[in-house]
Amino acid sequence: MGTRRGFLAGLLAASALPRLSWADAGDPCYLAAAKEGDGGYALFGLDAEGRDLFRIALPDRGHAAAAHPFAPEAVAFARRPGTFALVIDCVTGAVAHRLDSPQGRHFYGHGAFIENGDVLCTTENDIATGQGVIGFWSRRAGYARIGEIASAGIGPHEILALPGDVLAVANGGILTDPAQGREKLNIPEMKPNLAYATAEGVQEVVELSPDLHLNSIRHLATDGETVAFAMQWEGDLTDPVPLLGLHRRGSAPVLCEAGLAEQLAMQGYAGSVAIAGGMVGITSPRGGRVHLFGLDGGFRGAVLRPDVCGIAPAGAGLIATDGMGGVLALRDGEVTPLHVAGRAWDNHLVRVG
Amino acid sequence: MIRSLALALLIATPAVSGVPEAVNDHTLPRFHSFAVQTRALAVNAAADCTAEAVIPSYHNAFDAWMGVSHLSFGPLEKDGRGLAIGFWPDKRGMVASTVAGLVRDEDAAVDDTADFAQVSVAGRGLFALEQLLFGSDYAGYGRDSYTCRLVQAVAADLARMAAEVDAEWQDQAQLMLSAGEAGNTAYLTPREPAQQYYTALMAGLEFTADQRLGRPLGTFDRPRPERAEARRSERSLRNVVLSLEALGDLAEKLADGPVPATAEAFATARATAEDLQDPVFATVDDPSGRLKVEIVQQRVRAARDAAKAEVGAPLGVSEGFNSADGD
Repeated sequence: MGTRRGFLAGLLAASALPRLSWADAGDPCYLAAAKEGDGGYALFGLDAEGRDLFRIALPDRGHAAAAHPFAPEAVAFARRPGTFALVIDCVTGAVAHRLDSPQGRHFYGHGAFIENGDVLCTTENDIATGQGVIGFWSRRAGYARIGEIASAGIGPHEILALPGDVLAVANGGILTDPAQGREKLNIPEMKPNLAYATAEGVQEVVELSPDLHLNSIRHLATDGETVAFAMQWEGDLTDPVPLLGLHRRGSAPVLCEAGLAEQLAMQGYAGSVAIAGGMVGITSPRGGRVHLFGLDGGFRGAVLRPDVCGIAPAGAGLIATDGMGGVLALRDGEVTPLHVAGRAWDNHLVRVG
Repeated sequence: MIRSLALALLIATPAVSGVPEAVNDHTLPRFHSFAVQTRALAVNAAADCTAEAVIPSYHNAFDAWMGVSHLSFGPLEKDGRGLAIGFWPDKRGMVASTVAGLVRDEDAAVDDTADFAQVSVAGRGLFALEQLLFGSDYAGYGRDSYTCRLVQAVAADLARMAAEVDAEWQDQAQLMLSAGEAGNTAYLTPREPAQQYYTALMAGLEFTADQRLGRPLGTFDRPRPERAEARRSERSLRNVVLSLEALGDLAEKLADGPVPATAEAFATARATAEDLQDPVFATVDDPSGRLKVEIVQQRVRAARDAAKAEVGAPLGVSEGFNSADGD
C-alpha cells in the first residue's frame, strides 16, 4: 500500500510523462523536413509508402531530425550554425521543449538517442577553440544539459547510436565560425575522422590516408555491425576520389568507388547514406544519382534522379527523397516513384524506430 | 463550345510551355547535328587517318559537341558518355597518360568496336583525338602506324556514341513531353523537365565561367594558361563563344515569353569574348590581358543572373534545392 503522498507523486509523474508511442502519431516510418510551396518550412511524418501522416510547421529551415526510439518525439535541429533544437510532440504537433546550445556553442544539425531514449546526444562547435563537442541532454529532466565530451575532431556532423550505446561521430574536419557564416576556414589543413565514443569519451579514432585529408566525413549509417561513412570532397572536382567508406571496429576502413566516369559524375559530393539488405546507398544531389555498393565495398550500380538527397532503409531495400517532392523506392537497382508532394524535401530522411 | 475547348487546352498546357521548344527546336536538331558531324569524322578518318586530313572534321565535330554538351542529363548520362566524349577538366593529365598507354602497349582494343567502348573514358573522345592530332609526341604519324588505327578507333567510337545518343533522345523527348502522365516514372510532374533544363542552363553557364574561363585564370598570383580547354587545337576561346551561343538559344527556347534582358546579356558576353582575340587565353599571365578575360567571366555571370530572373522565376523553377545548398 502506498502512502497518499506516494499516490499523488505517481499521478503527477504519469501526467508529466504520458506513455504515448509512435502509434499515437500514426506510426510514421520516416521523418523529413521540407521547404513548402509558400516558402515556409515544416517537418513531416511519412508512412512506408511516402504518404504524409502529419505535418508540423517549423520556424526556420530544418536539417536532420532525431527520432526518439519509442516515444512520439522528434528533435528537429536548425541548420548549422543553429543554436536551437526543438523537441516536437508528434501527436499534438506542439513544441514540448526547446534546447538552446550552451553559451559559446552551436549545433551542427544532427543528434542521436542513447540509454533507451533517456539521453539525447548532439554534435556541437566550441566556437572559441573550434573543437568539436558531443553534448548530452536528459529527456527525463526535460532535456536539461547533463554533460559533454570532446568529439576528438573539428566540425562533428552526423552522430549515430550503435548497439551498446556506443556513439559513432563523423568529425567532418571543417572549421567554421558563426561570425563568418558557413565559410570554411581551414581547408588546406583539414583532418576529418570517424570517432567512436561512449559517455566517458572517445575510444577509437579512424583517419584516412593523408592524400584524402580533404575528404570531409559527414554522414553515417549502420546495420549494427558495419558503419558506413559518406564524404564530401573539398579538393578539385576532377579528382576521382571515394565518397563512401565502410568500417568495422578495430579494422581498417574499406573505401568504395565506382568506375572513373560514374565516380566523377557524383561531383565529389555524397549528401546522405543508408544501409539495408546488405546494400549501402549514397546520394549525390549535385550528380543527380544514387550509388549502390555491397558490404564488400563493390559497386553495384547507379540510380539516376535529379536533386536526390534523403535516403533511408525500407525493408530489404532503400527509400529516397528529392528536392522536387519525390519519394522513391530503390529496389534491386531499380527506382520506382512512390509519391510526389508539392514541396522540396530537405537533405535527410530519418527512419523512425 | 469553342470557349470550353480553349479552356481545356489551357489546362492541359501548364505554365512550363518552353519545354516543347527546348526539346524540338533546341535539343533534337543539335544532337542530330552532332551525330552527323561525328559520322563524317569517322568516315573521313577511315579514308585518311593523317592529322591534316582529320583535323577539319575534328573541329566540326567539336563545334557540334559545344552545341549539346550542356544537355548532360538523359542519354548523355548513361554509360559515362558525357565524359567519354569530352573528358575535361583534366587536371591530372589522365587523357595524355591513357592515350600514351594505349600507344605504348599497341592495345588491340582499336581493332574491335565493342572492346574499344570498354577503354577508359580518359582514352576516348574529342580530347584523346586532340592529343593524337595535335600532340608533339604523335606528330607526323604514318598511315600504317598504330596511332593511325587509334585515331580511326576514337573517331568511330565517337560516331557510335553520338548515334546512340541521337536515337535515344527520341525516347527521352517523349518522356519529357509526357511528364506527369500516368506511367511516366521518369518525370513525375510537368515541372520536372523544365527544372532539368533550367538546371542544365545554369550549370552550363557556371561551367563556362568557372572552368573554361576560371581554370586558365587561376589566381592573380598564379595564372594557369596551360589549363585552358582544348589548348592544343586552339579551341579555348572558340568553345566559350560556342557554349554561349548554345546556352543563349536554350534560354530563349525554354522561357515562356520574350526574354530581352537575357538575350542582350548573352549577346554582350559573346561580343566581349569574340573581341578577346586570344584563342587560348595565353594573356592571362599579363595584368591587362587577365583583366580582359575576367571581364568576359563577369559578362557570363551577368547572363546567368539575367536568365535566372527572366527565365527561371516566371517558370517557377530554381536550381535543385539540395544540390544548390547541401550540408
